[in-house]
Amino acid sequence: MNAYTQNEIMIIAAARALRNEDICFVGIGAPSAACNLARLTHAPDITLIYESGTIATRPDVLPLSIGDGDLCDTALTTVSVPEMFRYWLQGGRMSVGFLGGAQIDRYANLNTTVVGDYHKPKVRLPGGGGAPEIATNCGEIFIIMAMGKRAFVETLPFITSMGHGATGRERRSLGVKTKGPTKLITDLCVFEPDHETKEMTVASIHPGVTRGRIAENCGWAPAFAADMGETPAPTARELEVLRDIQARTKAAHARS
Amino acid sequence: MARFSTLAEAVRENVHDGDVVAMEGFTHLIPFAAGHEVIRQGLKRLTLIRMTPDIIYDQMIGMGCADKLVFSWGGNPGVGSTHRIRDAVENAWPKALELEEHSHAAMANAYEAGAANLPFAVLRGYIGVDLPKVNPRIKSVTCPYTGEVLATVPALRPDVGIVHACRADRAGNVLIEGIVGCQKEVVLASKRVIVTVEEIVDDLGAASPNAVVLPSWTLGAVVAVPGGAFPAYAHGYYKRANSFYIAWDKISRERESFLAWMKENVLEKGPEAFAVHAGKRAAS
Repeated sequence: MNAYTQNEIMIIAAARALRNEDICFVGIGAPSAACNLARLTHAPDITLIYESGTIATRPDVLPLSIGDGDLCDTALTTVSVPEMFRYWLQGGRMSVGFLGGAQIDRYANLNTTVVGDYHKPKVRLPGGGGAPEIATNCGEIFIIMAMGKRAFVETLPFITSMGHGATGRERRSLGVKTKGPTKLITDLCVFEPDHETKEMTVASIHPGVTRGRIAENCGWAPAFAADMGETPAPTARELEVLRDIQARTKAAHARS
Repeated sequence: MARFSTLAEAVRENVHDGDVVAMEGFTHLIPFAAGHEVIRQGLKRLTLIRMTPDIIYDQMIGMGCADKLVFSWGGNPGVGSTHRIRDAVENAWPKALELEEHSHAAMANAYEAGAANLPFAVLRGYIGVDLPKVNPRIKSVTCPYTGEVLATVPALRPDVGIVHACRADRAGNVLIEGIVGCQKEVVLASKRVIVTVEEIVDDLGAASPNAVVLPSWTLGAVVAVPGGAFPAYAHGYYKRANSFYIAWDKISRERESFLAWMKENVLEKGPEAFAVHAGKRAAS
């Protein structure tokens, strides 16, 4: 049994969701760590694309921003930002988009805009960036977020990017053909949408985590799937590769 | 035709109080030196446009240059908040800041529409989200061929576009390599253009005939400011100073520490201070 943190199993479980043949639009932060871990383990041919225009990038260290020079230096090609959003994202070339967020609701809608009233915010967050269009133009969406009652909320103050909509039916009613969030990977469990209601439902629970702990860290009463399983514990190799790239990253960011 | 000048002259001649100014560079080639010159000249009431208003707009807004910000993602990438922008939005310090907020896709499209001399941009975007409820400039159009309803945003046509580039030749033609962002679109969408460059050379030495080269006659002022994108970076010259981006979080968190840093590093300095960050171009 390898010792690991909840943050590590979150990134590792997220990496496992990616497939070797995916064309993946990568958000910064935890999504970027998961995507590069997948590339360095079971999915060596995965195509990672960052919104800075870098296509099929293979960074040696995790970028701090979506436009670090390593991304361009190791990319197959780099296109302009308008081209990235028009031809490659809106053009329907991405099989999966990988996002994080500040707040999420039971239908996996995300808020990264404001807490409180938009015009008189309590906390002004960065805003949507690429997410509103990533959420509807990629084939499916994976979301990675640590659980907590301030993050997993009953009602979002603002919908920055659409998951399955306010009632779970909005994608269909708005004519969106892509799948939307199919996995929500957290530090305690993995959620997947219910086939009928689209409510995010616990599909897999991380080893040693109780249902009570998940409920305590969730702003709504979470549903658990009838066939819920246990997330396989991280392997020694997964932990080694993740820790290695994180150590390289920390050293590189302190140096530059 | 581009005119070579000093940075102080370029800003004095092209940027005026109340102008709509776009300073672009998507993480790469951010025109920091030019932004500092705008601050030193005490320009006021600007509308600042930028997809990712990171440290440079944090500095300009914290110093009171702007009345309005048009943007799509405002933070310190990978680090956290832009504290000065937050202070302006949440507490009106040093003055109130009006926001016009978009998504990246919409802003990139809006610059492209500006460059293409079109009145608006059209995209399959903003579906099922709240931004159109708080930004009345986001509208829609029905496709006359398919009936699909698509989002629209007005074209961006800045009074002044300011970018940093790798190098210029002696005729004032400018080369951008690496992450090219939306600099070409901003230059072609703007009424007046200032370009700062790492160096001025006899031959641009572009890697490919398809490299992004902005002809001299599309530009206004061209200014050599080696290191002028620090703490962002210039492809082939120097790397992004990620440690500075991390350090900025602490510097900018409190008004006093921010003002002290700006006095020492911007108000009492000139563009030549960036030279220490300049790297020598690797031989290609």
